[in-house]
Amino acid sequence: MSQSKGRFGVHGGQYVPETLMNAIIELEESYNHYKDDPEFNRELTDLLNNYAGRPSLLYRADKMSRELGGAKIYLKREDLNHTGSHKINNVLGQALLAKKMGKKRLIAETGAGQHGVATATAAALMNMECVIFMGEEDTKRQALNVYRMRLLGAEVIPVTSGTSTLKDAVSEAMREWTTRISDTHYCLGSVMGPHPFPTIVRDFQAVISRESRAQILEAEGRLPDAVLACVGGGSNAIGSFYHFIPDEGVRLIGCEAAGRGIDTFETAATVNTGSIGIFHGMKSYFCQDKYGQIAPVYSISAGLDYPGVGPEHAHLHDIGRAEYVPVTDDEAVEAFEFLSRSEGIIPAIESAHAVAYAMKLAPTMSKDQIMLVTISGRGDKDCAAIARYRGEDIHE
Amino acid sequence: MSNIKSAFKNGKAFIPFITCGDPDLETTKELIRQAAANGADLIELGIPFSDPTAEGPVIQAASLRALSGGVTTDKIFDMVAEVRHDVDIPFAFMTYANVVYSYDAERFMARCCETGVGGIILPDLPYEEKGEFADVAKQYGIDLIPLVAPTSDNRVAMIAKDADGFIYIVSSLGVTGVRSEITTDLEKIVSVIRENTDVPCAVGFGISTPEQAAAMAGVSDGAIVGSAIIKLVEKYGKDSPKYVGEYIRTMKDALIALN
Repeated sequence: MSQSKGRFGVHGGQYVPETLMNAIIELEESYNHYKDDPEFNRELTDLLNNYAGRPSLLYRADKMSRELGGAKIYLKREDLNHTGSHKINNVLGQALLAKKMGKKRLIAETGAGQHGVATATAAALMNMECVIFMGEEDTKRQALNVYRMRLLGAEVIPVTSGTSTLKDAVSEAMREWTTRISDTHYCLGSVMGPHPFPTIVRDFQAVISRESRAQILEAEGRLPDAVLACVGGGSNAIGSFYHFIPDEGVRLIGCEAAGRGIDTFETAATVNTGSIGIFHGMKSYFCQDKYGQIAPVYSISAGLDYPGVGPEHAHLHDIGRAEYVPVTDDEAVEAFEFLSRSEGIIPAIESAHAVAYAMKLAPTMSKDQIMLVTISGRGDKDCAAIARYRGEDIHE
Repeated sequence: MSNIKSAFKNGKAFIPFITCGDPDLETTKELIRQAAANGADLIELGIPFSDPTAEGPVIQAASLRALSGGVTTDKIFDMVAEVRHDVDIPFAFMTYANVVYSYDAERFMARCCETGVGGIILPDLPYEEKGEFADVAKQYGIDLIPLVAPTSDNRVAMIAKDADGFIYIVSSLGVTGVRSEITTDLEKIVSVIRENTDVPCAVGFGISTPEQAAAMAGVSDGAIVGSAIIKLVEKYGKDSPKYVGEYIRTMKDALIALN
């Protein structure tokens, strides 16, 4: 009888066309072979440390802590990585794996462009062909990143199907993969899709909490009270949470994009407003109607503008180990401006969702409590859009 | 047991695909009647899904047109119940796992049983995940029709051994849509299927001409055509049933010539 793999509670699985089954089985077998291979790990560590600039800083944000008046806040600075976000952690791992598997071509989806830029970067470094699928709407919101990808030698294909955003870019990348499998690896950018992707991406992103757990113990001699990260598909969040999951006293808080609010239809807060479904290869929570038609979602952040969430997050929610809170566009924009002014750090608008909830939570905590906030990416890419949001007439 | 297998009892089967609700359900009913009258042996009825990841641009656009027109799973069941009064060839639904899951699988199968839909094809439900719906489908006598792809290799035997209704052989890599040539070694796949089951098999993806249909049905038990029909619906809209009927007659004649 058939046997389902890659489950997180009821979530996960491998709901993909038969055409892709042998490809994902081959990927799983290769990953299981290389993940404990000393040579593979030596090469990956070398890339992470000497190319991407790891370990990333755990920065004590004294000024922000003082201004908010409560918990002592530390920022995990994934924005300082090469290419400007956490996405490079996963991409270097997958690109190296693909290379070992004999693949010559990387394809990927991107929303804000951070994953696309990271994939184009790895492809350039490792001499691989690269094709990036990006919703046409997002190519307009993130024009600078489109140019960066092309500069790095990638082909960027604007996706016009559906809502022309991240979910459609994922669908189109999956369609492309079924067309050309033998020489192509689909470098999925988040902890989503069919097994083994949620596990592979989580393992490559777990470097975030492996470092931050050691860094906070070094700095404070104890574990934090809360760890915050933004959640779209959820790769920086699972990376930020992973090594703290067994530490029961540490609250894990994922900050979802609520768009114009969870009581409106213009939201992307999947755990807060969605229901269980099967889409993009996985069972998880999705924004959808009662007939299972996937809802058009909305957020100011192109990177969080996705109607689903990774299956491990869905499970952490179900068992109550992690909390998922909604953060609106307005709150995220305020946080974007606040962090820029208070600490001189311009966060990605995605990461600003985590900062926004930190601004709410920190004042309710005491001065001897500690909060870790992951700044998943830097905000240069968002400056023009936020300026326009504030009514300024500037263009890239 | 469902009536799906009976579609193959009179020689090579011609299986057209229709997206329900494109451009509206009245036209869908007429398309079904025309298909049956012109020699279709089984009709694949597509329940549109918002994000059909196995479909090419033609069926994606048809799904979108149908959903924009307000079609729902409930309305499609009602339409099938009505058309059942005067059409008796087998029907199979083609849709995505989320449509069945969200409707509640048991309720979905019960309504299939009531309305005389004998099979379900879910392109995003591979062998490993069929447990999601297999038991409840069996309980209501609905065949969960499996797909086999050019990349299935060592998986063909396993899928064939467990198959009900018929086996849908995907002719080529990629998504649905018209192709000028099909290069997969289908005879090899069919021979592995034959060694493992007596369930019939039909080839789909990329077929549009009578010559292609004859070639594909020649190596298997039938030919499935989707995008070429949907293009006619796209072009002629409410007037399309006549043209689709003529097209199906031409395709079926090419298969009759093989018998």
